[in-house]
Amino acid sequence: MATTVEGGARRARYADQGNWRDGLDSVLQYCRRNPSLVIGLVIFLLLFLSSTIGAFFVDLENARPISVKPLQPPSWEMPFGSDKQGRDLLAVMVAGTPLTLRIGLIAGIMGVSFGGLIAFVSAYYGGWLDALLRGIVDVGLTIPGLMVLIVVAMMVPGGLSVEQMALVVASLAWLYPARTIRAQVLTIRERSYIQVARLSGMPGRMIILKEILPNLLPYLAASLVGSISAAVLASIGLEVLGLGPMDAPTIGMTLFWINYNAAVINGWWWWWLPPIVVIGLLFISLFLMSVGLDEIANPRIRRSI
Amino acid sequence: MTPLLEARHVTKRFGGGLFDRTSTVALDDFSMAIAGDAPSITAIVGESGSGKTTLARLLLGLTAPSQGSVLYKGKDLRKLSSDESRGFLNDVQVIFQDPFEVYNPFYRVDHVLTTPIDYMHLAKSRAEKWTLIEQALETVGLRPEETLGRYPHQLSGGQRQRVMVARALILKPRIILADEPVSMIDASLRATVLGSLQKIKDEFGISIIYITHDLTTAYQIGDNIIVLYRGGVAEAGSVDLVVRTPNHPYTRLLVGSIPVANPDQPWTPEAAAALPNQKRGRTSCKFADRCPSAMAKCLEQTPPLYQTDPHRAAACFLYEDAPVLNNEAMDNVLRVNGAVVAG
Amino acid sequence: MIANHLPTIVSDQRSGRANEPRPDVLRLEHLSVYYDTPRGPVHAVEDVTFSLHAQERFGLVGESGSGKSSMALTIMRLIKPPARVVAGTIWLETTNLLTLSETQMKHLRLAEIALVAQGSMNSLNPVMRIRNQMALGLTDHGIKLTKSEMDEKVTSLLAQVGLPPQVASMYPHELSGGMKQRVVIAIAISLSPKVIIADEPTSALDVVVQRQIMETFKNVQAEIGASVILVGHDMGLMAQFVQRLGVMYAGRLLEISPVREIFSQPRHPYTQMLISSLPSTETKGHFTGIPGLPPSLLNVPSGCVFHPRCPLAADRCRAEVPQLREVQPGTWVSCHFAS
Repeated sequence: MATTVEGGARRARYADQGNWRDGLDSVLQYCRRNPSLVIGLVIFLLLFLSSTIGAFFVDLENARPISVKPLQPPSWEMPFGSDKQGRDLLAVMVAGTPLTLRIGLIAGIMGVSFGGLIAFVSAYYGGWLDALLRGIVDVGLTIPGLMVLIVVAMMVPGGLSVEQMALVVASLAWLYPARTIRAQVLTIRERSYIQVARLSGMPGRMIILKEILPNLLPYLAASLVGSISAAVLASIGLEVLGLGPMDAPTIGMTLFWINYNAAVINGWWWWWLPPIVVIGLLFISLFLMSVGLDEIANPRIRRSI
Repeated sequence: MTPLLEARHVTKRFGGGLFDRTSTVALDDFSMAIAGDAPSITAIVGESGSGKTTLARLLLGLTAPSQGSVLYKGKDLRKLSSDESRGFLNDVQVIFQDPFEVYNPFYRVDHVLTTPIDYMHLAKSRAEKWTLIEQALETVGLRPEETLGRYPHQLSGGQRQRVMVARALILKPRIILADEPVSMIDASLRATVLGSLQKIKDEFGISIIYITHDLTTAYQIGDNIIVLYRGGVAEAGSVDLVVRTPNHPYTRLLVGSIPVANPDQPWTPEAAAALPNQKRGRTSCKFADRCPSAMAKCLEQTPPLYQTDPHRAAACFLYEDAPVLNNEAMDNVLRVNGAVVAG
Repeated sequence: MIANHLPTIVSDQRSGRANEPRPDVLRLEHLSVYYDTPRGPVHAVEDVTFSLHAQERFGLVGESGSGKSSMALTIMRLIKPPARVVAGTIWLETTNLLTLSETQMKHLRLAEIALVAQGSMNSLNPVMRIRNQMALGLTDHGIKLTKSEMDEKVTSLLAQVGLPPQVASMYPHELSGGMKQRVVIAIAISLSPKVIIADEPTSALDVVVQRQIMETFKNVQAEIGASVILVGHDMGLMAQFVQRLGVMYAGRLLEISPVREIFSQPRHPYTQMLISSLPSTETKGHFTGIPGLPPSLLNVPSGCVFHPRCPLAADRCRAEVPQLREVQPGTWVSCHFAS
């Protein structure tokens, strides 16, 4: 009965039972119910693509010093005015924001990936491996991160490039995700369906990949958002202290120059206002995304009815 | 012939060392063997604290005994080679209690059916794989087109549990250990799950160890029954004898506490204990403090299993005139379609 | 383990009384409760009408998804969005519970209606001694007692449920499941409410403990003169405990009958099939379930909600919703074929 042609067609039907079509549909339906995630993502993407979009409106070369007349308040030609070194501030914002975000993204992704890997292995296999890794993570977390970053940054001769900055931040960004993701994996490890998988002959690494990981995707995404926030803050912090790439118009460097030139005291409000607004927007978008992801990660809300 | 799965003088203690009085003995000197030849359904009945969950975990190798050993085809579970382990996984499968927790919510129910086939290499082609799956589903009374492709929350508890039975079937085990498979399912849906378990024993010759606290379903489906109380065997034997004419006072208490669906058959009130609040010696009958027929002897010695019928034994001094069943001479004594029991 | 011997069974007020008119302490009229979901409303409870007499033990039996728990929570006004009451009234004597404000309802809960929820033994505060948890209910309702008066009250409540006074100073984790459930019952009766709703109070307990708990429950109910609604799916338990039984299916009440009648002469086909599907220690090896599955509550069948699975289904059943009619004094059935 089950080996007729009809049976074959039936089988083909269940195997790809609307896999991607189903998924897309439910994603769109979900977006309507989870506005925070969508709004957060949209703002983040706009900020990230600001240099691509902005290139149509402003000449990015003017983000370099000595491009325009310095200390001009906002006007029609220069909507954000210019700073003391003759940079067009609109160009600076448009060119620099994506750079800062890139640092955050690279460091955040690396942090969660590496931290996650350590977490999965440590939590699933347990034993001495877990004890060792946990020890490393716990010790690492107690060391003041900013201090380490400053020391590392100072050791690199000639200042850091944007990519190097990302690597430096990433070197510590994996510690916190390693700990939090480990806790999540521990709770899933004890579930009955993991035991069933084990009894079905699935080896450990496949269980991690196929049984545990998919259930943690929302949590990993939320962890990523947190990681990106922390990385952005760390990089801005280093830059404000003067340890960042001196020639890049990142937000942190702009803040550094604002500080260096006492822009606040001098009343050059068009200089210090945009970076603050952009930082505000960036963190609002990250916050909205984490609120939205929190709802997904909460199992009571996911896949209801 | 070597039994397929055997527990030999298994004792499991939790907490404390060998001489620590604060440890709890979950299972005390338990022996049981499932032969491979004739299929049977052995019900292991006990309340919480009886040791039945511990026994299930021991038989599956999920935990190791404090004393004694669990043997698969004569070899200790802890010492199996990886090939033998694979053989064990093939021969002994489980059905868990919670019909929802056993499904990974990320996947459709197909996943629990395809995974064992993929990882244990049970099919040589995709066509063969789906044929296996469809046949298994049909055996348990489910229609593939209504079951496959669905997520777990779209099926009823009874259906989910039957999918688990189908999964166990695909692996063609010799023994299925069902740990309270129907306790979380509505009363009216239980019959279908039990029916499919009975069917797979009849049609495929698979022995089933059915662990439960529900005497009624144990009676419905079991051939043999072992009643556990606080880690020891109170009574064991053919299910008809033990449930309909219980010997051990504890079994009588259990049977009397079943809520019968007939208002004219009320619960029998629990008889008062004969020797309440008396200090028990280092060895004693575990039921002595609640037993309405307790004697002084019960507080001093642990009763062995007395064979009161060709197919039944009770561990109670009320029957001390009957022959004693001791562990060594137990081989063919309580063999009812396959299970052999001793103290 | 502390021994917990029970008082002997109090007099049983079952047969012969069902036909006498008794004052109603709780009355539900055409109650409907829906859950709003993105795919439409789920009809959890649909047009339910029944009355609870004074000092009566009433059972509400149904499978999962029949709406019985939703109904219990609705009576207590404990349902939250996306659940909402779309129609109907709930009368507690002369008060319509659905018109009360939350503050007014809070005064009624525990004092007039108490709930013993499913798994409630796990809702005892793990860091509070039993005495303090029991006192909480009393003090929240404005009862001011001195420390020794409170201790006396707690001891007497514990005695009513068959627990020794030492339990008062213990923590929940030191008690067994059965003892915890008794504590919950003690809290429920502490203000002598008129109605106690028990939603599967013994589902996590062993059969021997279950019997003890239900007997205790029966005793205290008779002592304080409360009415009880026992919600569950175990017909055997219902047979042993209740005086009248209501059968729910897919949100509707299909049959209400005195307990002896419903087991000896079930009128509704669903009740008949339900009773015959129960395993017993009389017949071995008969595995008859009810064919088919309960319907989706998003897409309730037209007409009689049971018609897709009913062996007697006719055209009329598909078209017309049968009303709950009193076919005999005290027996109500919702079926076109009930005479």
